[in-house]
Amino acid sequence: MSERAQLSIPVGPDDHSIGPLDAKLTVVEYGDYQCPYCGQAYPIVEQLRTDFADSMRFVFRNLPLANVHPHAEAAAEVAEAVGLQGKFWEIHDALYENQHDLSASALLHYVEEVGADVNSATKDIADGGPRQRVEADFEGAIRSDANGTPTFFVNGVRYDGSWLYEPFSEFLTNVLEG
Amino acid sequence: MALEAGSDAPDFELLATPDQRVSLSEFHGPVVLIFYPADWSPVCSDELSMFSAAHKLFQARGAQLLGISVDGPWCHEVFKEQRNVAFPLLADCHPKGEVAKTYGVYRDDDGTSERALFVIDSNGKIVWSEVSPVGVNPGADGALRAVEALS
Repeated sequence: MSERAQLSIPVGPDDHSIGPLDAKLTVVEYGDYQCPYCGQAYPIVEQLRTDFADSMRFVFRNLPLANVHPHAEAAAEVAEAVGLQGKFWEIHDALYENQHDLSASALLHYVEEVGADVNSATKDIADGGPRQRVEADFEGAIRSDANGTPTFFVNGVRYDGSWLYEPFSEFLTNVLEG
Repeated sequence: MALEAGSDAPDFELLATPDQRVSLSEFHGPVVLIFYPADWSPVCSDELSMFSAAHKLFQARGAQLLGISVDGPWCHEVFKEQRNVAFPLLADCHPKGEVAKTYGVYRDDDGTSERALFVIDSNGKIVWSEVSPVGVNPGADGALRAVEALS
């Protein structure tokens, strides 16, 4: 039974992370760019990042559920490719803000829009690096008993409560004050 | 009580499509049986999505995933197609829940099955099992580890 599932891969220097490295709260999201719930969680996470700016580090990892979300894998690879150019969070935001259109041509358009180099992103994707990273994230998610998207881990333990703003914020406050 | 590790896995033959039967004994490698209460119920859908997504990890280890619920084969067909479930869904519908009963995971009060996982080795022995609360998605890690422990 996985009542308190643990994050199998600790947060490390290779992660896409935003917020202080020594924060008291580390929130890891396993997410899928095409998943509507992740889309719904996106502005909530943004708000929490603002609220807990000094005390929370946020990490995003890929868990594309390709069988239900046909564009999820391609979107994740694009995000990783743009990440190689140092613009991960820009493309991450662009993908969630434009979740309704993740077609191949739209993805390239977002790459351009965030000021990344389309040719080099396309080449990196063709070389397979981003795919390997997405697959590694994916396997880490399965190993951690992520049970759908989004799955959040707070300080290494799966958070099974509601990720709607109020309950999530209250939970984080309690952990912080705990 | 659900069958536990060490028991023989009872063989069965169930419809995998409206006109095609599948039996446990025809699989030679490890098998993961995924009992779930019903097609379309929200947690099941998530659970099966996770297993579908994790399918290739199981496949790489030679293991076969099989979903089982009391829904009929026609219902399974539409559900599978809609959700792109990557493995067979077996219809434990006639007599209803018979296989769930032999594995000890039939829910008499509502006529569905528990949310239960069984990992069966190539000799037909159950090597690992887990019953989760109906509302909780168990995740795929436990079953994956049990499959890995076999090799």
